[in-house]
Amino acid sequence: MGWALDNLGLVGELTVDHLRQSAIAIMAGFVLSLPLGWIAWRYRFLRSAMLATTGLLYTVPSLALLLILPIIIGFPATSEANLIIALTLYALAIMVRAVADGLDSVDSSVRQAATAIGYGGGRRFWAVDLPLAGPAILAGLRVTAVSTISLATVGILVGVTNLGYLFTNGLQRRIVAEVLVGVVVVTLLALLIDRLIVLAGRVFMPWTRRPRGRGRNTRTAAVSAAT
Amino acid sequence: MIEFRNVTKLFPDGTIAVDDFSLVAPSRKITVLVGSSGSGKTTLLRMVNRMVEPTSGGVQIDGEDIVNERPVLLRRRIGYVMQNAGLLPHLTVADNIAAVPKLCGSSHRAARTRALELMETVGLDSHMADRYPSQLSGGQQQRVGVARGLAADPNILLMDEPFGAVDPIVRAELQQELIQLQRELDKTVIFVTHDIDEAFLLGDQVVILATGAKKLQVGSPSEIIENPADDFVAAFIGVDRGRRALRIKHTPNGPVLVDTEGRTQGTLVEDER
Amino acid sequence: MNLLADAIDWIMAPAQWQGPDALHLLVFQHLYFTGLAVLIASVIAVPAGWAIGHTGRGREAAVGISGAARAIPSFGLLILLVLLLGVIHKPEAAMITFVILAIPSLLAGAYTGFEAIDRSVIDAARAMGMSEWQILFKVEIPLGLPLLLGGLRSAALQVVATVTIAAYVNLGGLGLPIITGLALRRYDMVLGGAILVAVLALAVDGLFSLVQRLVTPHGVRTSQGIARSSRGPKNPTAVPVRPLVKQEGRK
Repeated sequence: MGWALDNLGLVGELTVDHLRQSAIAIMAGFVLSLPLGWIAWRYRFLRSAMLATTGLLYTVPSLALLLILPIIIGFPATSEANLIIALTLYALAIMVRAVADGLDSVDSSVRQAATAIGYGGGRRFWAVDLPLAGPAILAGLRVTAVSTISLATVGILVGVTNLGYLFTNGLQRRIVAEVLVGVVVVTLLALLIDRLIVLAGRVFMPWTRRPRGRGRNTRTAAVSAAT
Repeated sequence: MIEFRNVTKLFPDGTIAVDDFSLVAPSRKITVLVGSSGSGKTTLLRMVNRMVEPTSGGVQIDGEDIVNERPVLLRRRIGYVMQNAGLLPHLTVADNIAAVPKLCGSSHRAARTRALELMETVGLDSHMADRYPSQLSGGQQQRVGVARGLAADPNILLMDEPFGAVDPIVRAELQQELIQLQRELDKTVIFVTHDIDEAFLLGDQVVILATGAKKLQVGSPSEIIENPADDFVAAFIGVDRGRRALRIKHTPNGPVLVDTEGRTQGTLVEDER
Repeated sequence: MNLLADAIDWIMAPAQWQGPDALHLLVFQHLYFTGLAVLIASVIAVPAGWAIGHTGRGREAAVGISGAARAIPSFGLLILLVLLLGVIHKPEAAMITFVILAIPSLLAGAYTGFEAIDRSVIDAARAMGMSEWQILFKVEIPLGLPLLLGGLRSAALQVVATVTIAAYVNLGGLGLPIITGLALRRYDMVLGGAILVAVLALAVDGLFSLVQRLVTPHGVRTSQGIARSSRGPKNPTAVPVRPLVKQEGRK
């Protein structure tokens, strides 16, 4: 506790850096995944190829990606852009699949009904398909956000400063409190962003609020009726 | 004989599903509980095999209180057929039917023989024995459900809207087969439905229920049609309309019966006796 | 792209397959860490997940704990545990880190597997006179297996990728060439190590998809969407195992 109070300024600065790097990557991943996920969903033959590529990407260890990416794109490894691009690629690996699966989950009778009442292709996507795929996309976004924030700490190993600094510096100087503060702040940051995404989901998708609660009630009723 | 003695069921959320209900379901007869959703008919049915425990009151089978028997053993000697058949998706048709005899300790071979026998009884071709439920039509699944209900040769068969999810043509077929089957097997059946025509077709004794399992009328179909207890029952069974409100029309070829829409439903024939 | 060629040359060089840091030993270490961590995590998480799925109780707590566990940065946790447990207990520190990493996926796989089973199937099993244990072993576990394996698969993949950081605290594994390469600015080593980790991950993934296909109960296989349904954990009711008739009706 003492260490954290003495270094409040440092922790604050690192948190701001960390948040900036992760937030840009999460948002970029989200925005890019919508068209890519739609393409993967719409064109079956591209789907397996795209999902295999993003899946393969996910198996590359983050540290290695951070070292190799600069050689391919020409940024210095220590630049924030390098980390952000790497994190965006990982985010895409999760999100493209989430968007494609979400679009899959839309009841085809709803889609047909929308077409029948006169929605054109593009309008139907924005007004019907995308909102109904929303819950699945939101679930993907939550996984993405939490893993991005946690993964970003590896950036310190190639020299991009963020909360990961507390880990390496703490290890070198053998200050347990410093590492602990790092772990706690990263965890809380991830949980906070996760919470915010859930709240945003409730605001933008009000129709998803009720059925979940109701489902649970019928379930407990069924369980109590059975025992 | 199944006897409900002043049973009440209060669910944890405060709803009173069944309020002080008593009834005797006679042996070797079909008793039909009929009512709209929320009338507590399924709750009553599930009290018989202790899937639901009454908050107060009790159920007796042949004079024995069922609370004295272990639920698992009780259920094994009572057949149960439910709406969506409720087949185990990872077992074949034969294994689904054989499951209860096996639970009761039959050998694998004896249970399988029994299963094949029952498939014939319910009109399923034996080549379906090794198919999985997902490969069957709704009507076929329901037949497997009935066969499974009969597998341990129970004296009692509980049927919870068993034909509710199949199309009308298949439903009519299954209803006729149930009538045939009951002639041969003589089980004590409690049958739950919301379809009054089904209730009158199948029931020896029909119980019309309102919310909270309030008994509006109990009797044979004839008794109920001939003398509905009150206006609500009359309206519920539709004595004033359709096929249940027939009048005689004289034609050159003799008297015929005509419904309220003016459609001829049949001819009037003299009683042979 | 001759970096890729360099990396492959590096992997192929006989020198990499000799001595205490020979690549096959690193692969073995990597798999050992992964296998043991997933095994320990399974022993903890699977019975717990099954208990939650069977009783329907404790789900909120499990979701909360899993969420928090997912949010913990493995890299930081590893360093923290190394400092706390002392240098001698580094392997234990690493193992705890990987177990914590693997638990959420396994837990979710175990209970969503049960929740995805159509309620009427459980109801029917109970009405047939199955005891609670028989329902668990004859109905819920076999029907929940495909989703459990999905959880096991993603747990294993996460651990395979994360074991790489074990090398940062000198525990070997395929992270070793990556960490050493980083210090030496030897990118052929880095990429070579990365390629091997990726190949390992793909092999593990392939193995699991094979096993998943084998254990999917017959009869359930015809209703597709098993693998896909492991996503969308928020909506377990959307992945019931239903008779084909209904699906036909929907198409």
